Amino acid sequence: MFDFVSFIPRAIAQSIPLLFGSTGEIITEKSGNLNLGIPGVMYVGGICGVIGSFLYEHSFEDPSQMNAALGILIPLVCCLAGSLLMGLLYCFLTVTLRVNQNVTGLAMTTFGVGFGNFFGGSLIKLAGADVPSISLSTTSSLFRTTLPFAGSFGVFGQMFLSFGFLVYVAIVIALVSSHVLTKTRIGLQLRAVGEDPATADAAGFDITRYKYVATCLGCMIAGLGGLYILYLFICTGTDLAIKKLYKMLPYVVTIVVLVITSVRNKRENQPPESLGLPYFREDR
Amino acid sequence: MIHIAKRKEMPLLQSMAIRGLSVVLALVICGVITTILTGLNPIDVYVTFFSGAFGSARKIWILLQEIAILLCVSLALAPAFKMKFWNLGGEGQVLMGALATAACMILLGDKIPNALLIACMVVYSIVAGAVWGLIPALFKAKWNTNETLFTLMMNYVAAQLVAYFIIVWEVPKGSGKIGIINQSTEAGWLPQIGDYKYLLNIILVAIITVLMYVYLKYTKHGYEISVVGESTNTARYVGIDVPKVIIRTMLLSGAICGFAGLLLVGGTDHTLATTIANSRGFTGVMVAWLAKFNPFSMIASSFLLVFMERGASEISTIYALNQSFADILTGIILFFIIGSEFFITYRVYFTKKSEEVEKADV
Repeated sequence: MFDFVSFIPRAIAQSIPLLFGSTGEIITEKSGNLNLGIPGVMYVGGICGVIGSFLYEHSFEDPSQMNAALGILIPLVCCLAGSLLMGLLYCFLTVTLRVNQNVTGLAMTTFGVGFGNFFGGSLIKLAGADVPSISLSTTSSLFRTTLPFAGSFGVFGQMFLSFGFLVYVAIVIALVSSHVLTKTRIGLQLRAVGEDPATADAAGFDITRYKYVATCLGCMIAGLGGLYILYLFICTGTDLAIKKLYKMLPYVVTIVVLVITSVRNKRENQPPESLGLPYFREDR
Repeated sequence: MIHIAKRKEMPLLQSMAIRGLSVVLALVICGVITTILTGLNPIDVYVTFFSGAFGSARKIWILLQEIAILLCVSLALAPAFKMKFWNLGGEGQVLMGALATAACMILLGDKIPNALLIACMVVYSIVAGAVWGLIPALFKAKWNTNETLFTLMMNYVAAQLVAYFIIVWEVPKGSGKIGIINQSTEAGWLPQIGDYKYLLNIILVAIITVLMYVYLKYTKHGYEISVVGESTNTARYVGIDVPKVIIRTMLLSGAICGFAGLLLVGGTDHTLATTIANSRGFTGVMVAWLAKFNPFSMIASSFLLVFMERGASEISTIYALNQSFADILTGIILFFIIGSEFFITYRVYFTKKSEEVEKADV
């Protein structure tokens, strides 16, 4: 029989990077910026976090002396800082210099993926290990610390409470952003900027500031997703041919959803009107 | 105060100078970063950079071949972009062309004469690429479905399809690779001109470049594409059938991508891998955009990108750096080139506060 009890936790665990990435991208897109550089941002954010924890963990002779709070805080701050820098770079190019967003995003992906792989490789060299992996067991275990009472809920606990804290952070961030975007004044203003920057500008909102803040925030959230991937062991099974076809499924589903929303053509399901277009005040 | 104003149009020479300057700046930054990370003499870094691209006859041929394939993909994407249809599916369309070619070579390899086989490969690869481009175009034309995401998803679907067939056809079983197809018979291998393995590809792409230039600049189709790109409302007003133009252009775009897949599998690699397109579908976006969709300028921009890539990868090989170092350098160079577009489109000037007040009074 199909093993739901072990399937669901694995499905949730593997979907969290996507949740981080898409929450970040939604906030970014609502401001009218289409950031195709999210994979690059995730790589940079993740590797910055790992560099931070690597330096911290290796400054101790015995990793068990590490301060647990600092052990979590340092990678988090490094990760957020790294992805913030990527966000600032994207904003500088697309908002201040008003160059094409698709092209900038693709360049960010090239850069970010290279950056991540390069420093990942260099760290291995630094650590002088023979195996091609960096051992950050202590930090990794900190990130995997689960709720202390998860075990006492039986199957339910195993299925929904057995994750590291980043999983819950992702869910909380997604819920909070949904609330802010749809229910608050700031969210309304942000959506106005994305729909029609000229009108929002006339109403007195600072377009540049909204775009910068939303995009950078989005990048930082996406960066957390990168950090999460690196502390998660994704198991790989045997390579059956048919499995490759199953892997098509998520993308096919995305296409179907895309088509259905465009066929129904409901206003609230459409992407922002000015998505992907740079805003120049004198361009009316 | 800093003021920004849009320029009318910049003379070609001046815009080239700005782009050149940005490349030089980018190279300086790359040199500095390489020196910091590796402690090498910056002059050595640049020498290695150039020798990576032009070091030997073989390297020059590889450079030309890489330019040809990248140019072919960029040429395919250009008409779609000119129409403001963001075809990010070049990767998938190339893969489908490659898959169709490999399928012909494997399944028909020893059953039909070689000339017929190559004809089949050409037809099927073009059809496969065109179909992959047609699907998003149909939905875009009918329901205005977001083509950026649709084409992006089609890449992954194509990659998984290729991965599936690689396992179906793998040689030897269990290796997860196809290996060289028809190594002994060379059935379906595109003919070599003289001793030059890459010459045929280069000539074919050169022909496509000229044809595409003529198509975009001097034909009715090309004109319709640019009108739809500027404004769909205007296009509708003057009686252009917008959905028809979208579908026709994407068929062409996908077909040329499929042809690039043929050149890769039939012409040079003689094997199939999910990485065979090597992100050219995305790099091609940048090539086409940097050249402002002019096929002849695209030769220059694809040369620039391939040159950077070859040089950067030579540095990482020679100094035993991680191969990803090349990606970092390419990324930095791209940021500079992209950023320089701002100074070509806009004019920045400084005014003093008092002048502004005076202007306001007038």
